[in-house]
Amino acid sequence: MQPLLSIENLKTVFSTTRGDIRAVDGVSLSLDAGETLGVVGESGCGKTMLALSIMRLIPANGQIAEGRILFDGLDLLSLPEEAMRKKRGSDIAMIFQEPMTSLNPVLRIGDQIAEAIRLHQNVPAKEALTRSVGLLDEVGIPQPERRVKDYPHQLSGGMRQRVMIAMAMSCHPRLLLADEPTTALDVTIQAQILNLISNLKEKNNMAVILITHDLGVVAEAAQKIAVMYAGKIVETSDVENLFANPLHPYTRGLIESRPSGCSGMATDSDARLKTIRGTVPSLYELPSGCRFSERCDLAENICREAEPELVEIEKGHFAACFIAERTVKN
Amino acid sequence: MASVLIDIQKLEKKYTIGGGFLQSRPRIVRAVDGIDLQIFEGETLGLVGESGCGKSTLAKLLMRLEEPDGGSVIYKDQNIFGLSPDDLKAYRRRVQMIFQDPYSSLNPRQSALSIIEEPLTIHRMGDRRQNREVSIRLMTKVGLNSEQAGRYPHEFSGGQRQRIGIARALALQPSLIIADEPVSALDASIQAQILNLLKDLKKDFGLTYLFISHDLNVIRHVSDRIAVMYLGHIVELADKNDLYRVPLHPYTRMLLAAMPSCDLPGKKRDVAVRGEAGESDDAGCNFKDRCVYKTDLCKTAKPSLKPYREGSWCACHRAGAI
Repeated sequence: MQPLLSIENLKTVFSTTRGDIRAVDGVSLSLDAGETLGVVGESGCGKTMLALSIMRLIPANGQIAEGRILFDGLDLLSLPEEAMRKKRGSDIAMIFQEPMTSLNPVLRIGDQIAEAIRLHQNVPAKEALTRSVGLLDEVGIPQPERRVKDYPHQLSGGMRQRVMIAMAMSCHPRLLLADEPTTALDVTIQAQILNLISNLKEKNNMAVILITHDLGVVAEAAQKIAVMYAGKIVETSDVENLFANPLHPYTRGLIESRPSGCSGMATDSDARLKTIRGTVPSLYELPSGCRFSERCDLAENICREAEPELVEIEKGHFAACFIAERTVKN
Repeated sequence: MASVLIDIQKLEKKYTIGGGFLQSRPRIVRAVDGIDLQIFEGETLGLVGESGCGKSTLAKLLMRLEEPDGGSVIYKDQNIFGLSPDDLKAYRRRVQMIFQDPYSSLNPRQSALSIIEEPLTIHRMGDRRQNREVSIRLMTKVGLNSEQAGRYPHEFSGGQRQRIGIARALALQPSLIIADEPVSALDASIQAQILNLLKDLKKDFGLTYLFISHDLNVIRHVSDRIAVMYLGHIVELADKNDLYRVPLHPYTRMLLAAMPSCDLPGKKRDVAVRGEAGESDDAGCNFKDRCVYKTDLCKTAKPSLKPYREGSWCACHRAGAI
């Protein structure tokens, strides 16, 4: 069976005054309908640019230099702009971190959702508005028939994100890109929004790419995880395996440096956290060889000389690390 | 038993919102609504709560950056809101703050060295050469390279900037440091470095921390005792391990249930989390609209913070029964 989304060797480059950088540097992944892929990484690792590349919405100084993005067998990168515009918002929808900046402050939310519906479907204005009431109800906004008349500033952050989700769901997308959808929200609101996304996913057999910096969020909401570091995927597998048996030293470092660990045990307050030394390298000055080598405790000469490929080390579990490859194979 | 360093008594702060020309009736927000809390010498007191619960207002009151509408904060037998200008300056030497955003809390036109040195100059601590030496020593202490002393904030990464902010807070050898979300703006791999640093400094300098965060995982790691705030009130106060093992207040339970964790990857939890924080209530409990345990009493009577077991306090009519 062909996957719903398949990305092959995607490279997205930006030319800046300081030189060219590869924000996304040879990313390959695939995703089936009804699956959630969590993309985890720190700021600047390219996770947002990956999502924007799928939407073909990267900033003007960037371009997709190489690769293919197959959506249901169709190469999105070779589509004419007009056809791509029809895909956006209908087959592929996206929600962002800060719902306030994505909503028009001078339009009632009902009209904004109706606009999205009428952009892609030929329905009368009145029916579109009725549908938006139904959508607001579906995303858990109380008294939706009154709320459609509200302006964005009258809603709380959590409610605004629900409106964004309602808008994204309005044309029954088959793929939802969610870029840090809960980062700006309080934990109790975050839990509700993640629950909502996962319920909608199951109900509509939708595929979701959930982009976040928080391992805890993907652990609960995703079935597959891809860990990104400096433009590359360094490890990917199903969620159970990734946490039970992380292969890449960076993934291991991220898991172990979490303050509560992942054990659920109370930590001793005198205990020190494990850390990953140093900082994320600048994309302008990437180290030679493995991009993580300067921060890695296991790095050997080969790590500084050659760049490891993402290879299948255990069944369904890929990592880009020479040491992991050698250790597991022996 | 450690001695009390700061004693907060019935502290109140209200803000009026709106009410301008062409605007709706003004609304009063009780950001800090009658808080009693003691900070013991040498402890790390964690203060946890969601946005708008008043935790940053409480920090500002303790720094005396805001004037209260009622109550007092006792430091060394004196109410800090009644201090003379000289005494206030001395108080501010003892209480310093670390901020959330290492980008906006450092002056972009000052070098790292002059940022760390500035409190020493303002408080006329020593001559120029001495202050410079102290600042350089602090830079190394917080894990910065003294060769970077002349660099400006934009030349440092987020984690390094936070280290500069920490060195500045340490310059006057304070006894209490109020850390307001000190790691929230940092990347995961840097958070752990800063948390370790804060822990080491506490030991080396004999510091007391009031550590404010919305992140229960971070709070659990750093704190000895934890206070949970909701809409201007402390709703629960307990030793760290008690709070996580047997949370008393329904809100604490909800926070713990909502916390993302990687304990059971791939397993969807049944999240009993609902509603959003509204406005504080005149009559009943502020949390009642989101609470699954509420009774008629919760609609009419405000629960006060009462001792429940050794070292644990809770403001809930039904604490212990649920």
